[in-house]
Amino acid sequence: MAVIRVGIAEGGVVGHPDTISTLGLGSCVGVTLYDDRKRIGGMVHVMLPSTELARGEAFNKAKFADSAVPDLLGQMIRHGADQRRLKAKLAGGAQMFSYGGEDSLLKIGARNVDACKKALKSLGIPIVAEDTGGSWGRTIELCTETGMLEVRAIGRDKKQI
Amino acid sequence: MNSAALSDFHLDVLKEVSNIGAGNAATSLSSLLGRTVDMKVSKVLPMPFNEIMEYVGGAERMILSVFVRIEGGISGNMLFIMGTEDARAMIRHMTGASGEEGFTEMGLSVIHEVGNIMIGSYLTALSDFLGFELTPSVPSLAMDMAGAILAFSLSEIGRTSDTAIVIDAGLLLDGAALSEDGASHIFLLPDPGSFDRIFQALGVAGHGGN
Repeated sequence: MAVIRVGIAEGGVVGHPDTISTLGLGSCVGVTLYDDRKRIGGMVHVMLPSTELARGEAFNKAKFADSAVPDLLGQMIRHGADQRRLKAKLAGGAQMFSYGGEDSLLKIGARNVDACKKALKSLGIPIVAEDTGGSWGRTIELCTETGMLEVRAIGRDKKQI
Repeated sequence: MNSAALSDFHLDVLKEVSNIGAGNAATSLSSLLGRTVDMKVSKVLPMPFNEIMEYVGGAERMILSVFVRIEGGISGNMLFIMGTEDARAMIRHMTGASGEEGFTEMGLSVIHEVGNIMIGSYLTALSDFLGFELTPSVPSLAMDMAGAILAFSLSEIGRTSDTAIVIDAGLLLDGAALSEDGASHIFLLPDPGSFDRIFQALGVAGHGGN
């Protein structure tokens, strides 16, 4: 069994028995998709809410919620997953610092969560669990045996969602 | 300007900018501690986001960090980062407390204040050198995974690129690292549009093209 590591603004898909993980989500959001019959799991580490924020013509699809979620769905389907069976989970979207003011940078975590939810909704994929918000970093690992998502944070109990 | 495409000449200019800022930060900390503080010759290099995480010891490594958002003549983010062992050593130097049993509120406020002073004096020197008004936000402290802290700090740069120019200086106390961690840094992360403004301010915008 291998643990496939996904970096910032990267995504990937794994089949049973491998697991897929990303480390240290702060304001970023980890979105996972799981097909329980094929036992295929996908994950993307989203950094920003919308491709409207992108400057320059070439951009990395895995970085922006509105391009990352459809791209992950496409990868899942190519690996043999059935869109109708897919269930999504979300983690991250924290506010790591508070420095007064209400600028859009500070709220980037909440905006990322909203944008990921919107993208999933428009694709008709139900969100079955989430561990989002707060002010702490999270490491997540998706188990392809069960679809369970483990969420680890410093100084907090491990969560399984 | 594509931040990944700066010439060697321009990287050298940024190194000088960093030396000036970090030098002033070292002087301030030195008078606070009554010890010799140096900021190690700065590293200035374009790094992919995921490499930056490795550079500070991995995305999951716990760090203490003071964050400041800069607006004004240039915009960007500054981070003062310490590994936990370095932070404990700093708290010992400042308060005499052993700091072995986790971080107390006082310990954290020491790091917050050290970061505040370092970033503040760095920015003062930068502002004088470049002739810009720079307005820093209220410094904010976080203790968490490096990935969580750094990715947030890179979000503005992320709009344009998956690579950031990391302008880094490492902290030395009496000529040595604070602890075996050796992981205290001051990072300047200008927004992509700010590099041209730095070069224009110094009259070197057209020099050393690729």
